[in-house]
Amino acid sequence: MTTDKQQDQPNQLSQVEQESGMHSVVTDWAADKEVFNMPWGKLMMWIFLLSDTFIFSIFLTSYMNVRMTTTASWPSSSEVFALTIAGHHIPLLLIAIMTFILITSSGTMAMAVNFAYRGDKSKTFWLMLATALLGASFVGMQAFEWTKLIVDEGIRPWGNPMGAPQFGSIFFMITGFHGLHVSCGVIYLAIIANKVRKGDYDKKGFHIVEITGLYWHFVDLVWVFIFAFFYLW
Amino acid sequence: MGDNAEQQHPIGIYLKIWFLLFVLSTLSYLVDYFQVQGLLRWTLIIVFMLLKAGLILSIFMHVNWEKLSLKLLLFVPPIAILILIALMAIEADYTYLNRIDFINPEQ
Repeated sequence: MTTDKQQDQPNQLSQVEQESGMHSVVTDWAADKEVFNMPWGKLMMWIFLLSDTFIFSIFLTSYMNVRMTTTASWPSSSEVFALTIAGHHIPLLLIAIMTFILITSSGTMAMAVNFAYRGDKSKTFWLMLATALLGASFVGMQAFEWTKLIVDEGIRPWGNPMGAPQFGSIFFMITGFHGLHVSCGVIYLAIIANKVRKGDYDKKGFHIVEITGLYWHFVDLVWVFIFAFFYLW
Repeated sequence: MGDNAEQQHPIGIYLKIWFLLFVLSTLSYLVDYFQVQGLLRWTLIIVFMLLKAGLILSIFMHVNWEKLSLKLLLFVPPIAILILIALMAIEADYTYLNRIDFINPEQ
């Protein structure tokens, strides 16, 4: 009987409990206010990135399906993407360099966001410009890689001399779509960096730099999965 | 700009994460360079991939400092993707076995 009475006691939550965990979710959704306490542009970017996650996931899932079902042997990506430099045959070198460039651009972008919130427009501009230039060099290397594969190796979307014909279609579709994202990101970065430099956000605040950063980091995030599943698997 | 207190991290944290991502990328490249094969290869690739993705998401994209409501918005829907992957893997296995039986039975 006494235990029943104790359970009937209303559960008093401390302030900390209310602001963390599932209680914060209930508060966010049940209170008479906006659910997500952030600039609308940032929330919209997150929702766009969620939809983009689905697109890239479906591409990678179709790649998994094609690779599991083909009875022909899958070309060795380690060999297809090897480079010979000064007589040394180094597997996957170009892809490794592209990976490091994209990571570096993510690092400069993260610092640009930080300096933007400190109000340091000059550093923000130069770091965003560096990010854009690194992104452009990534696209340049990808163009080189595509040219090498199409011209020298004879890889086409419908077949290639090394094995499973699906290799080409999957490769051009996935890396092409990712390259398109990087290219759009470079243009986006250049526009926002220039507007930061001109002082367009002095009154509005610098959330836009963080939003641009979210897009750019996402492009890097997708590359992590492409690198693991397509190039290393 | 009084509403951005949560964004003030020292620059050092980005340099540390940058360095960690470099190390992890190098390690995953070395998996291929030394031609590690079999179960160890898949395990290492997946572990390095998830660590990199986690660092980019949590630190660079600041998800670590976001509220649980946003985390749920971002991580609950992709469960559908995991289900799709599982279903497609079962389907692909079935297709492959049929192809072996009917297209080139000599394999």
